[in-house]
Amino acid sequence: MTTARVPDVSGPAAPPRRNGELVFASPWESRIFGVTLALLEADRFTWDEFRARLIAALARSADGEKYYDSWTVALEELLVEKGICTAAEISANERVLAARPPGHDHRDPVGR
Amino acid sequence: MAHDHDDDDRAHRAEALESLLTEKGLVAPGAVDAIIRRYEQDVGPMNGAKVVARAWTDPAYRRRLLADGAAAIAELGFGGPQGEHVVVVENTPAVHNVVVCTLCSCYPWPVLGLPPSWYKDPAYRSRVVREPRGVLAEMGLPLDAHVEIRVWDSSAEVRYMVLPERPAGTDGLDADALAALVTRDAMIGVARAKAP
Repeated sequence: MTTARVPDVSGPAAPPRRNGELVFASPWESRIFGVTLALLEADRFTWDEFRARLIAALARSADGEKYYDSWTVALEELLVEKGICTAAEISANERVLAARPPGHDHRDPVGR
Repeated sequence: MAHDHDDDDRAHRAEALESLLTEKGLVAPGAVDAIIRRYEQDVGPMNGAKVVARAWTDPAYRRRLLADGAAAIAELGFGGPQGEHVVVVENTPAVHNVVVCTLCSCYPWPVLGLPPSWYKDPAYRSRVVREPRGVLAEMGLPLDAHVEIRVWDSSAEVRYMVLPERPAGTDGLDADALAALVTRDAMIGVARAKAP
């Protein structure tokens, strides 16, 4: 088991953020977080509903899976349970996006 | 920056979700960008540092903060998701508090921003409860044996924030200078406030 290490967020390598730390490891993590918060703010579900599924997804997750993998699983499950969309709809959309030519399939960083 | 294949797959899945929900009219165009900007730039530990500095300089505020954390934090204009039930626990020479969420990653967003990656790590979540003294020492905070360590497990009902001890030699500092000494880690309880 690895030991949790505290990153040095105040040193010279600190990213240019007012609050000292870049909170997302990849742009997709920020997108999935932002989508979840947008739905919360639109009252599509409550934090407690989401949190219960996040806890379950984290408990099931294998070693090496990222925190936001579990987050994505939890969000998809909740969307399906709420009848907001189906897993098939998400997958169909995903295939369309993945089929785009190279160079068009990476999201740009936020704030372009 | 290099993208590995798995990360591309994850990016596609996230984008597929976002575009589907936007098409359905459930997520307003621009809403996601605005939320990300807010959490990357505006909401973060500087808010909590201002709360701590105020508590160090204003005894009446400190009492209100310890009695009803969320209300006292709202006095300074901070609030929002995950901030409804913040409880502030005070470090003293005899008692050191440290915060964890053993089940997921509950965390007082309005005062601390989003949690650091190690806070979400299964190793931290499980070990700090079982052997807090050892984990804190490994993280650079060795505590004397006579100091009682209290571990607070955040939950859907309550999110904790630590009021660190005011460092020695700070009598002449104003609230802004004091806030600069208060780190995120000090408010989780895995570090002390910085020395001036």
